[in-house]
Amino acid sequence: MKELVVISGKGGTGKTSIVASFAALAGNAVLADCDVDAADLHLVLEPEIRRREPFSGGKRARIEPGRCNACGKCRELCRFGAVLPDRPRDPSGGRVYRIDPIACEGCGVCAWFCPEQAIVLKEAINGEWFVSDTRHGPMVHAKLGIAEENSGKLVSTVRQEARRIAQTLKRDLILIDGSPGIGCPVIASITGTSLILVVTEPTVSGLHDLDRVTALAKHFAVPAMVCVNKWDLNPELALMTETHALRRGLRVAGRIRYDRGVTQAQVARKSVVEYQRNGCSEDIRSAWEAVRRELDRTPDVSGEGRRAS
Amino acid sequence: MRIAVASGKGGTGKTTVAANLAYVASREGHTVAYLDCDVEEPNGALFLRPAISEREPVHVSIPAVEETKCTNCGLCGVICQYSAIVPIKGKVLLFPELCHGCGGCWLVCGSGALSESRRSTGRLETGNANGIRFLQGILDIGQAMSPPVIRAVKAAAPDADFVVIDAPPGTSCPVIESVRDSDYVLLVTEPTPFGLNDLKLAVEMVRVLGLPFGVVINRAEPSASDTHAWCEYEQIPILAEIPDDRHVAEAYSRGEMVCETLPGYVPLFSELLRRIAASLNATTTTAGRRCAP
Ligand code: SF4
Ligand code: SF4
Repeated sequence: MKELVVISGKGGTGKTSIVASFAALAGNAVLADCDVDAADLHLVLEPEIRRREPFSGGKRARIEPGRCNACGKCRELCRFGAVLPDRPRDPSGGRVYRIDPIACEGCGVCAWFCPEQAIVLKEAINGEWFVSDTRHGPMVHAKLGIAEENSGKLVSTVRQEARRIAQTLKRDLILIDGSPGIGCPVIASITGTSLILVVTEPTVSGLHDLDRVTALAKHFAVPAMVCVNKWDLNPELALMTETHALRRGLRVAGRIRYDRGVTQAQVARKSVVEYQRNGCSEDIRSAWEAVRRELDRTPDVSGEGRRAS
Repeated sequence: MRIAVASGKGGTGKTTVAANLAYVASREGHTVAYLDCDVEEPNGALFLRPAISEREPVHVSIPAVEETKCTNCGLCGVICQYSAIVPIKGKVLLFPELCHGCGGCWLVCGSGALSESRRSTGRLETGNANGIRFLQGILDIGQAMSPPVIRAVKAAAPDADFVVIDAPPGTSCPVIESVRDSDYVLLVTEPTPFGLNDLKLAVEMVRVLGLPFGVVINRAEPSASDTHAWCEYEQIPILAEIPDDRHVAEAYSRGEMVCETLPGYVPLFSELLRRIAASLNATTTTAGRRCAP
């Protein structure tokens, strides 16, 4: 079994449109949308949800107002500034405290040291994940609750489920839509995969971000390829990006031209390669061939999902 | 006045808007600070080209272990909610990338085997870009948690008429950390189905935070889009529309400031600034600025 993860460093480079096209071209892959913070793949693949599960990425503290005697211990110990003095006073006239659920990281230090045992630490529901059917194969996706944390753990959950499905159905490829950035969700998206495809744009920001994602791929020892999307917006920088990538040991999967069909395909809820045969669809097809060949060279991934924070 | 520039989706032009907003505010004679809180991929410097004068590491707390003092009580492993510290048979295993620095372990350890120490996860750079005070956070490669670096940037913010915050994309913890105590949030989007889907998530987020906000549509087409219709339905003000202009895209690709290369865009950004200030004055007088849930 192989795992291909498509990431972009900075978002908005056309990563999801490319993943949707790859899904159509691969035909029998298991799909995993690990861009849990701003998932878009479902807009094109129109999944029919078969199973939904709540996700808990951690705990959250709550102060029971009746038991709090306002000693202030929790406020003193909390490293995240999550303990706030409450406005309404309790009946006895003393001040009580409350927890800001957005700032709370669920470490439980307040609950442990509260002399009145007025603080409970409870499993928080931070989101939901789904297993769905799409016209291009099964898909695992998720929705992180608004203002929630631990997207890395949700990404790991999505990947584990995708691996389980791939094993059961004997599919040999998992296609992962990764998240932007270099932090916890991205780390969770790429660790232990067979190959990373970095989709970038010919801009100075794109070049800068490519550097950081390449370093990240090196750090986690995952081989990576690069593909310059909308290359004709700045051919000079496109070339520079590719030379840069080659020098850093990345292979070039191809270039994709700027094409308004990409947005039109989104509107039609289709992947670009389904929407049109020519234009950038030709480029995506040849990039897919290059990626496919590279994947054949990488070793299989183990069946066990790895955990990351 | 703190203005956070955010977007559900990456690549919508958030940095372009933030940098040009700072540029016009400074040109109009205001004192301006620019905080690049997109610490995973900070790009503001590519456009504002600041002269960086100071660089300092950002530290987070972490336990230091003296194994010889460990009595094997196991309490540290019990209090740690993140499995970052695992005591087994006289050995104390520490997984720094998982540690949130909450302090639980060294507070419960009764034998003096654990104490507070620190490690660096990124750096804070400060400088000056043609009169704009410039601050940026940079997360080290391989580090998972950006909020401490974001906090360091915000803590170092100087007083200014306008503090412009370039927030990371998305709606989860790093974004919240960046926008939470701003006076106004500007959501940058593009009129595509993906853009609209992510805008909806971003709007949900600012509503949870109870912050006043408005939308900027980038790469706007002359005709109205679903994004326009949705904003109208939700009564969300569209404060500016940046046309889908190849010149803007090219200036961006070369790392140039739109307002410098294409001065015709200056009025658009100063009008945007004026409208933010105006809607802020309107909201502060009617509703309380912050209504945390
Ligand atoms: S709390 Fe202290 S003494 Fe107890 S196992 Fe941990 S390090 Fe050892
Ligand atoms: S400081 Fe908190 S998160 Fe870090 S190891 Fe100790 S208990 Fe765990």
